[in-house]
Amino acid sequence: MSVMTWTYLIVGLSFSLYIGIAIWSRVSTTQGYYVAGGGVSPLANGMATAADWMSAASFISMAGLISFMGRDGTVYLMGWTGGYVLLAMLLAPYLRKFGKYTVPDFIGDRYYSDTARLVAVICAVFVSFTYVAGQMRGVGIVFSRFLEVPINTGVIIGMAIVFFYAVLGGMKGITYTQVAQYCVLIFAYLVPAVFISMLLTGHVIPQFGFGAEMQDGGHLLDKLNGLSTELGFSPYTSGTKSTIDVFAITFALMVGTAGLPHVIVRFFTVPKVSDARKSAGWALFFIALLYTTAPAVAAFARVNMITTINGADGQGVLATEAPAWIANWQKTGLIKWEDKNGDGRMFYAKDDRNEMTIDRDIMVLANPEIAKLPNWVIALVAAGGLAAALSTAAGLLLVISSSISHDLLKKMIMKDITEKQELLYARVAAFFAVVIAGLLGIFPPAFVAQVVAFAFGLAAASFFPAIILGIFDKRANMQGAISGMVVGIVFTAGYIIYFKFVNPAGNNASNWLWGISPEGIGSIGMLLNIVVTYTISHLTAPPPAHIQELVDHIRVPRGAGAATHH
Amino acid sequence: MSKEREGAYWKENLRLVAALLAIWFIVSYGCGILLVDWLDQFHIAGFPLGFWFAQQGSMYVFVVLIWVYVFRMNTMDRKHDVHED
Repeated sequence: MSVMTWTYLIVGLSFSLYIGIAIWSRVSTTQGYYVAGGGVSPLANGMATAADWMSAASFISMAGLISFMGRDGTVYLMGWTGGYVLLAMLLAPYLRKFGKYTVPDFIGDRYYSDTARLVAVICAVFVSFTYVAGQMRGVGIVFSRFLEVPINTGVIIGMAIVFFYAVLGGMKGITYTQVAQYCVLIFAYLVPAVFISMLLTGHVIPQFGFGAEMQDGGHLLDKLNGLSTELGFSPYTSGTKSTIDVFAITFALMVGTAGLPHVIVRFFTVPKVSDARKSAGWALFFIALLYTTAPAVAAFARVNMITTINGADGQGVLATEAPAWIANWQKTGLIKWEDKNGDGRMFYAKDDRNEMTIDRDIMVLANPEIAKLPNWVIALVAAGGLAAALSTAAGLLLVISSSISHDLLKKMIMKDITEKQELLYARVAAFFAVVIAGLLGIFPPAFVAQVVAFAFGLAAASFFPAIILGIFDKRANMQGAISGMVVGIVFTAGYIIYFKFVNPAGNNASNWLWGISPEGIGSIGMLLNIVVTYTISHLTAPPPAHIQELVDHIRVPRGAGAATHH
Repeated sequence: MSKEREGAYWKENLRLVAALLAIWFIVSYGCGILLVDWLDQFHIAGFPLGFWFAQQGSMYVFVVLIWVYVFRMNTMDRKHDVHED
């Protein structure tokens, strides 16, 4: 069967599965809609969290980024996993004991202030929309390459599917489709990785094959370092970024992860505090399966790519004899070849011998073709990329819809609406959020890639400190938290806007504050927030007695009960 | 439940978290970033050691740390009689 037939078959089957789950898990209460009724098992929640978290960026782009960045790509590996340790030990169990539906709920209640709640709502909605735009675009790209439909049609199909299960099933529908999507995406990621590892090194486990000797002799990493130096790149296993910048970016990504509302709400869906801890353990285990494989995939892909383009002899391959995948991807414009020296041979290098322009995003998607794997594996990768993008999009859309219906309408503007009305508003909000997300996918604003740093920076500089201090410092009060969040957000947003939009020409290490790039500045914003919140809280009156009791209450596990209105 | 008991539970909890986060910091920021070049002179299973910590080892340790936390907290909850039923 052709790749296209396989793709229709596998993608079609996986989509029917998601729709089936959506119909089975319809909900009729706000508790079911916001937190899946609070009855999800820690194992299922771990898988759902992993799928929720691993986006089109993790599945499609990350290995490609690492492949081109070598050791500098480590910031994504550690940055996007290390945050779970913070989540497990500093946030998840306490927020579960608090037992409400959303992150703005906690901020608003703990700091007894609708201003704080509003700041949190605005951040949650902004962070989620930034993020969801990229997911919808990912869906469109997968559709256009593998099913040869226009990107826009792909986006619309993706919107329809997400709309169906997010609006019908709310958190319950999302949770169980995410479990299914995790299974699809991890299988789709590991199968080609195992195949390629066996082809190159004879090891079944890519994590070992990555450092092992190759079938034709010599360690893979040594060969990669040799090839890189020969072609004018820096050695694969050494970095080019400054240590302070790597430190700051990793830290910003870690605390940003721990502060992302769509990840945090997943911990509200389990029955007990101890289950919230276990969920975090399972989540990171399931995430690490992909994240420890990704750097192996990156290294394999780089070796394969260089040797297929430059040839085993390093002289360049004749374009007329080039493998089919180069022509396939040239059609999408993601690979370009320009025969500069007119010898009819392709050549890839860092210096002026280079004749190739290769988009980093294709490394995972093209990998099975490069390694000449069977057609069904290529189709499986397409289904995996879609699963990764749709699961994350759904989680984000739920955050947007609950921020509007619960935090903004029920808690602030229309306090006397019934549960039924609130649920209706939640679904209406989800509908509009899906439509806006789709439009962002169809007409991607030029700055989508530029603002991803925003999502993490803002989560790091706003939510993370406010939640941590709300739990660990009983003295933290309304005045402190609001000033801390405002200072953190203004500083971080200002720095990013300055270097990305006002003065992009000056965006280099010599102009950065202490050599920290806009991607890493959230870590400074977070520290500023903590210092400001702490200082102002201790200079003003302590929070009222019932808030101090609330803090005592969330610090011990007993008496959690299901997530609910109090 | 007495305030004293809660206080003792909270202190022990903070000590555990501080110890685990110290390890978290050492394997990631220590071995994977600050000491990475120095560690690269050693090798493990074909990897330069610093590079291995950065792209593999730190993540394995993260997973183990969370599970150690899960089991230690479950024991601690019972010891201080604050566990759920």
